[in-house]
Amino acid sequence: MSKVVDWFNARFPAREMMREHMTEYYAPKNFNILYYTGSLLLLMIVLQLLSGFFLMAHYVPTSQDAYNSVQGIMYDTKWGWLVRYMHVDGVSLIFILLYLHIGRGLLYGSYRSPRELLWVIGYLIYVLMMGEAFFGYILPFGNLSYWAGQVITSIIHAVPIIGPGLTTLARGGPGVGTATLERFLALHAVLWFLILAACIGLHILALHKVGSNNPDGIEIKDHKGPDGTPLDGIPFHPYYTVKDIFGVGVFLTLFAAIIFYAPTMHGVFLERTTFFRANPMVSLPDVTPPWYLAPYYAMLRAVPNKYEGIALMVAAVVVPFFMPWLDRCKVRSSRYRPVYRFMILLMAVTFFTLAYVGEQPPLPKYFLIERLGATIYLGFYLLLPIISRFEPTRPVPERVRS
Amino acid sequence: MRKTLPRAALGPLFALATAAHAAVMTPPVAPPSVPFTKATVIAGAKFFADHCSACHAVSNLRYKRMGADLGLSKAVITKSFMKPGGANYLKGMRPAMTQAEAKKWFGLPAPNLSHMARALGPRFLYTYLTSFYWDPKRPSGWNNHVFPNVAMPYILAPWGGIYTKNGKLLVPGRETPAVFDRHVADVVAFLRYASDPSVFERRAIGRYVIGAFVILSILAYLLKKDYWRDVHDKEAPGGAQKGATAKSARKG
Repeated sequence: MSKVVDWFNARFPAREMMREHMTEYYAPKNFNILYYTGSLLLLMIVLQLLSGFFLMAHYVPTSQDAYNSVQGIMYDTKWGWLVRYMHVDGVSLIFILLYLHIGRGLLYGSYRSPRELLWVIGYLIYVLMMGEAFFGYILPFGNLSYWAGQVITSIIHAVPIIGPGLTTLARGGPGVGTATLERFLALHAVLWFLILAACIGLHILALHKVGSNNPDGIEIKDHKGPDGTPLDGIPFHPYYTVKDIFGVGVFLTLFAAIIFYAPTMHGVFLERTTFFRANPMVSLPDVTPPWYLAPYYAMLRAVPNKYEGIALMVAAVVVPFFMPWLDRCKVRSSRYRPVYRFMILLMAVTFFTLAYVGEQPPLPKYFLIERLGATIYLGFYLLLPIISRFEPTRPVPERVRS
Repeated sequence: MRKTLPRAALGPLFALATAAHAAVMTPPVAPPSVPFTKATVIAGAKFFADHCSACHAVSNLRYKRMGADLGLSKAVITKSFMKPGGANYLKGMRPAMTQAEAKKWFGLPAPNLSHMARALGPRFLYTYLTSFYWDPKRPSGWNNHVFPNVAMPYILAPWGGIYTKNGKLLVPGRETPAVFDRHVADVVAFLRYASDPSVFERRAIGRYVIGAFVILSILAYLLKKDYWRDVHDKEAPGGAQKGATAKSARKG
């Protein structure tokens, strides 16, 4: 047996890779519950790929048959409902995990030097994931899909000069139809997904180059033992692999509970209006995005001018890219930065309040909330360079606390 | 000071969130108690096949699938549920009325009810079916409180009775309001099943899937606890040596 293994290892760096990324990758020993999100996200991407494969095997990307082919999966295909609910509910769970994962990075200063690139790639994955989710959202071709496709592609219309041409290119014609479904399926399942998968690979490689941060925001590499390994680090395998298996078990229990007992999550994970067939003659009273994109939609609506609204929304999406350079404080973790910690809390509550408001019909009574929310959200990033320079900090311990 | 600052600022913040919540809450329609079991779905399906199927299709739900989900034999389905002429056991539930006839008689075809419960919600369907009133100005003679100028005539009137717009009873129905409401709830239960036919299958196997994952989680927790024993040993004073040996022993 070992001969076979040696033969293999002489021709492929399996042993080295195992060492570099698993058995000799030292991770801080004080990870908390938020550190399950990374491995769970990886699991969810694989599950989406598997369930997506089975869905695509039964899907017909034409405006005539798309809706019925998806309903065929739900009504006539053996285990079709399980695969579709896995895929649909999987998206919402991915975004819950993404928000926790990003929130953890903000809380513990994981974007700070030397992890700037790690943060930028990670945030890029989040932005790509929004696109991936949008393409997938159009495919079942319910009435919400159709109108959401019309609304979102018309945002491209605002690009100066080439906007109208780009919109036609995105839709494959003057309106959302068969050509749109075909290209969105190709993007969703091939090109966009491959770019996304590549970015996930880069994210992990970049992480293993700089090493994981931890809730204390202290560099574990600064305190090494006589054998040259970090004193507060433990090998990823077996310690974090067994820990992550436990996390996977708990997560899959929750996932199964949603799939089997509340697959539409009362219209939040799978909206009611997706159960009407796409109909260009019947416009929906209000087109609202899925919950995970709603904060940006609320900010878009905060300004009663198409171009200024889009500019605000794009700014809200883009500005977190610059987080590593906006934060000027010497201390990383919010554990030792009470003011920063409060700012994150305020921003998070604002973000999810905006998500709630973004799901509601566009009524004047929400304008104040939308504007206040947009101001607080952008204000967090824009005021950070000034506040972080002067904010009070608590003494940071030498070694990680456990 | 450190703690009071965030708390003082959190107050208005939660007030903002609560205001946002309160601003969008509309008073919900009084929820009818709609028991959703195989028995109610079968009762609703029977009523649906006898009366609603005259006009409405449930094209996505095949008779065979319905029989399998509800535990009804092919003979029972053929005899009691496949009422419209030309109904095929292997195909979706079809109406007796053709689209052309519907257009001629009601002005537009009766909607396919496959996804209606998912799209509008069982509560709305229940309220809609109990909100018809007599309106001589309409061609059909009927109108609805929650769906003004609806084309559908109130075929449930013989059971539920005829009311005016103000809720005055003109002609009492065959059934008491309590019995009638339960029958409407049965029909809604059937429509709910028709829009989500995997529901009984899901409920039947869900507990086993969750149980399996719970067992997996417990075993994984015990495994993790065992593996992490040396990490915790290392932290204890004087335990560093022991931890290191345990680690190297495992490696070898």
